[in-house]
Amino acid sequence: MPLFKRIIPCLDVDKGRVVKGVQYVDHVDAGDPVEVAKRYDAQEADEITFLDITASHEARGILLDIVARTAESVFMPLCVGGGIRSLQDIRDLLNAGADKVSIMTAAIKNPELVEQAAAKIGSANLVLAIDAKQVSAPGESPRWEVFTHGGRNSTGIDAVEWAARMAAAGAGEILLTSMDRDGTKQGYDLALLRAVADRVPIPVIASGGGGSAADLATALDDGPAGGHCQAALAASIFHFGETTVGRVKRALIERGIAVRPPSPGVE
Amino acid sequence: MRPRIALVDYGAGNLRSVAKALERSELTPVVTADPKVVESADGVLLPGVGAFRDAVCSLTDAGLADAIRKVTDHGRPYLGICFGLQLLFEEGDEHGRTKGLGVLRGRVTRFPNEVSEAVGTGAAGGAGARMRPLRVPHIGWNEVRYAGSHPMIERLPERDVYYFVHSYRPEPTDVETVVGWADYGGRFAAAVAKDNVFAVQFHPEKSQAAGKRLLDAYRQWLEAC
Repeated sequence: MPLFKRIIPCLDVDKGRVVKGVQYVDHVDAGDPVEVAKRYDAQEADEITFLDITASHEARGILLDIVARTAESVFMPLCVGGGIRSLQDIRDLLNAGADKVSIMTAAIKNPELVEQAAAKIGSANLVLAIDAKQVSAPGESPRWEVFTHGGRNSTGIDAVEWAARMAAAGAGEILLTSMDRDGTKQGYDLALLRAVADRVPIPVIASGGGGSAADLATALDDGPAGGHCQAALAASIFHFGETTVGRVKRALIERGIAVRPPSPGVE
Repeated sequence: MRPRIALVDYGAGNLRSVAKALERSELTPVVTADPKVVESADGVLLPGVGAFRDAVCSLTDAGLADAIRKVTDHGRPYLGICFGLQLLFEEGDEHGRTKGLGVLRGRVTRFPNEVSEAVGTGAAGGAGARMRPLRVPHIGWNEVRYAGSHPMIERLPERDVYYFVHSYRPEPTDVETVVGWADYGGRFAAAVAKDNVFAVQFHPEKSQAAGKRLLDAYRQWLEAC
């Protein structure tokens, strides 16, 4: 049995609270990231990702506290991204208990940061996040650009080339979000996923648009119509109690996708 | 009384997850950089963070390399995780060649970027091999199959699935020191053992129930000797 494909719930965290209206049935405090992480741990999620969207860098201590409390509460891998500006920010998160850190805007402003961080902490713990939007017209061969600030600011950088350049600089993984699909639950941008996953020699995490187990299966599929990714990130389908990680995994196994089988009794 | 485990702190990162995972398996972690504490604990755990060269330098500078060597040679049960496994070998490749402790023979090398895979089957099928790319690092959950004899193997399931995150892996010279195999572009040594030394390339502290089973086995081993 080779390496399993991964299912990763993602939480947006603002000033220490989960946002985007996470709603759990039968759960008291759905706003506490630590409590939500525990729930996904019980569902045997393969990893969990915190994306800090706190505007003020002064509130960094709150995030570090959340990361520390999560690392003490769950026995699963934790990736943290958002607001990372420097090597020191990366170190602070790892020291607080994050297993991987994800950088995006800082790498665009200072591409040497990825190389420096890889040399200091190793590539395996370093994730490069890309927010990509399709910029080609219908009928043209597809082209995507890197965007920042939630898809508002164009950088003019080709997303596939950027992924390849950052992989060469030492990024250990690409977290690839389609800004066209993010939040739509209409399925991942498979052409984008394929273009990047086939180009880089490192794992790629699919993000943006996952609305069902079928969507996740397609993103992880290695066939000609699949997304060729090694992991799939999803938010809304899990947060609103529509489904659970365990149920999604069982559906994926039925579709022939090799994910880590849930233990008996796991939701 | 719960066994006391010296959790070796060589200044290379966070030990919180490992400490909590030990507590979950009814072990008492003692985070320490003191060679005397390391040598006198009921068990010694060297966790995994950082690049090979940096980690070896930190251990040596802290006077901990000798203490660990004493433990692995004739001390209490040693559990190595990730770098705690890699350190046991003679040499590592990460950021230039660096000598390890040499408790086990072999080297620590990076996964190749491509591997050969068999094409076609049977004598008439034109069997051959072609190269296919391998994504490095190896990140995620993979199955380990245990084999061989060691007090830990007796206490572990035949196979279990654990979380890996690494670009380098050991290439042991003595195949009998390998007690757990995983497959990533071909099989590789995911668990090694020799006498009072047991070490794994994956992260039990991040491996949910499977990780607890491994640390429970470690406690049982400690209690049995």
